[in-house]
Amino acid sequence: MGTSDARVLILAGGLSYERDVSLRSGRRILDALRAAGVQAELRDADVALLPALEADPPEAIVIALHGATGEDGSLRGVLDLCGVPYVGCDAPTARLAWDKPSAKAVLHENGIPTPEWVALPHDRFSELGAVAVLDRIVDRLGLPLMVKPAQGGSGLGAAVVRDAAALPAAMVGCFAYDSTALVERYVPGVDVAVSIVDTGAGPEPLPAVEIVPHNGVYDYAARYTAGLTTWHVPARLEPSVAKSVAETAVAAHTALGLRDISRVDLIVDEDGAPHVLEVNVSPGLTETSLLPMAVQAAGLDLGQLFARLVERAAARVGTAARVSRETDGVSR
Amino acid sequence: MSGTTLDDYTDRYAQRVAGMTASEIRALFAVASRPEVVSLAGGAPFVAALPLDAVGEMLGHLGSVHGPTTLQYGIGQGTLDLRERICEVMTLSGIDVACGASPDDVVVTVGGQQALDLVARLFLDPGDVVLAEGPTYVGALGVFQAAQAQVVHVAMDDQGLVPEALTEAIAATRAAGRRAKFLYTIPTYQNPAGVTLTDERRDQVLDICERNGLLVVEDDPYGQLGFDGDAPLPLRARRRDGVFYVSTFSKTFAPGFRVGWILAPHAVRDKLVIASEAQILCPSAFAQAAVATYFATMPWREQLKTFREIYRERRDTLLSSLADLMPAGTRWTRPGGGLFVWATLTDGLDAKAMMPRAISARVAYVPGTGFYADGTGHEHLRLNFSFSAPDRIREGVRRLASVVEEELALRSVFGAPSLRRGRRRVRPGADAPGPDLA
Repeated sequence: MGTSDARVLILAGGLSYERDVSLRSGRRILDALRAAGVQAELRDADVALLPALEADPPEAIVIALHGATGEDGSLRGVLDLCGVPYVGCDAPTARLAWDKPSAKAVLHENGIPTPEWVALPHDRFSELGAVAVLDRIVDRLGLPLMVKPAQGGSGLGAAVVRDAAALPAAMVGCFAYDSTALVERYVPGVDVAVSIVDTGAGPEPLPAVEIVPHNGVYDYAARYTAGLTTWHVPARLEPSVAKSVAETAVAAHTALGLRDISRVDLIVDEDGAPHVLEVNVSPGLTETSLLPMAVQAAGLDLGQLFARLVERAAARVGTAARVSRETDGVSR
Repeated sequence: MSGTTLDDYTDRYAQRVAGMTASEIRALFAVASRPEVVSLAGGAPFVAALPLDAVGEMLGHLGSVHGPTTLQYGIGQGTLDLRERICEVMTLSGIDVACGASPDDVVVTVGGQQALDLVARLFLDPGDVVLAEGPTYVGALGVFQAAQAQVVHVAMDDQGLVPEALTEAIAATRAAGRRAKFLYTIPTYQNPAGVTLTDERRDQVLDICERNGLLVVEDDPYGQLGFDGDAPLPLRARRRDGVFYVSTFSKTFAPGFRVGWILAPHAVRDKLVIASEAQILCPSAFAQAAVATYFATMPWREQLKTFREIYRERRDTLLSSLADLMPAGTRWTRPGGGLFVWATLTDGLDAKAMMPRAISARVAYVPGTGFYADGTGHEHLRLNFSFSAPDRIREGVRRLASVVEEELALRSVFGAPSLRRGRRRVRPGADAPGPDLA
């Protein structure tokens, strides 16, 4: 694709809890693409989107939507129906990766380490009795525990529980964001994120980013307020550990069938062993987000990288709709 | 190997910057701006009810004919023309020449917000105490926090500020070796509580403040927006000494002009002007001309009636919807004017923790924590009725009631655990929307 005359549409905003983050991601990637000479526009995913796509289809779409719309596969499915190519994995894959318990099951089946977990909708607690279920969780997984919404991002609704008495509050806080909670064994260690990009030569790991929140918790404020977290790029890991982390991240990306770009969040335990926490199919692109840091550390340019990913996406035009329809069982 | 915090200025910020962090509640308000969401969260007046064509024509005239003046710098105190109009408007509230209201003692400000900031600059040293109703206006909390003052809340009931609570707060502040500089109060159709200080209590509050050497900062943005008869006389109409009267055209005309004012004791007036010039040089000449011309040439009293009628219908819809739809045990105030109803949830429900669920249900409100400087107020929420049409208000309450029902069901399963432990303490403004949210 000759990038100078290409027209790329960036979707940002949406109705998820991460709308604000998404708008920031969208503006960041808009600037980066334009600086790379790509003709790019930014718009919300609203009722005017589909008529606009029909009237003036872009060469490809960059999905900077976070939360359900951007990551649960539904919008990607609609774009497939419209025959508009987009950067990133297809609809069924996004749906799988977005649901953390489902993604963890795939990772587990593929021998990729991920903390032991249980996923429970809030209805189950009312049916079986919250005290009995919570007691069993603590007995089985031990303390501390990590509680987070089965679907969601930006640390919203997530809490580390070190005391069993704090577990009910963590569950209530989690259920404010999702009807299903993922409770997993908390693995102490070093938080790292590995961004994966595939510009045609297979999935490549970018340098791992190590995350050190100053108050110990990588919550919403620590993620999006410059000055509250120290990020080390590349992560301060022994070379052998760094290699293992990168290989594990690529294995997770591959096992889930991801495409173009993703970010794998891991924890490296005291023995240097990586454990995959979750995988993001629409990684944050804000000023404090992890993927742009990794891109910079790799000596790449964010706009040029996405221009290449757009080029790959555009080359898939015509095949995306067919593949998705077949996978979803949608009849013509 | 060193890391980055992406902020090279961390060790150079002033102390008052502490707490200025990203807020997940503030982020949720980003969704509330979408049309799918019924927003009961903002504080926006219904400016669509203004005679927009006539206002537009007036603005064009001010530019094309009076441009050499309206597009120029002005004086720090504000134009005499506007200050005279301000005195005319205040007369409607009972603050007239008989109680010493003179254009000479009016300082025009950039909204009421700058007036509050000027008062804080003139009177507050770090560590000073400001007494204020609990809850109170979030923008005032931000000003007092920036002045590094401590806000001590004084309890209210359905008749407004409780005089005995004020006396106790003054005594407790004194016993702690602290100095309370002034009482900040919104006595009429209070934001956010919607209650009005009764006639009897107004005199009591003034007496208590006078006896204790406490200045009074009276914030009165809503006093002319009463639906059930006239509001009691403002504090400033009852006493001229020691009372600073702050108001704005944001609710009676349009917030887009950002024009407010302060009526101050004569001795303070010059200091306010000097402080204002240091901040902004002068208020916008164009905005002042627009407001002055509107109040000189257009039927503003009729327009006030229009606003009152629209808001009365919307308030009635909100109150009847709450009565019809909210779960038993929920309580709310019944404002005689203004823009807001203050609701209190039952069974220890936490309005801040409930916000994500509300956003999922496509309804927005402001959690009560935004209106307290001390981190309390979790069981409360502020509901706005000025902006949304009655059918949208009812739909919003329907969604809100459903959210509360779900939250009650969840609490019945898990008990009523406190969700506050371990939370990052945030500035009050972080729990309230920006001024642009309708």
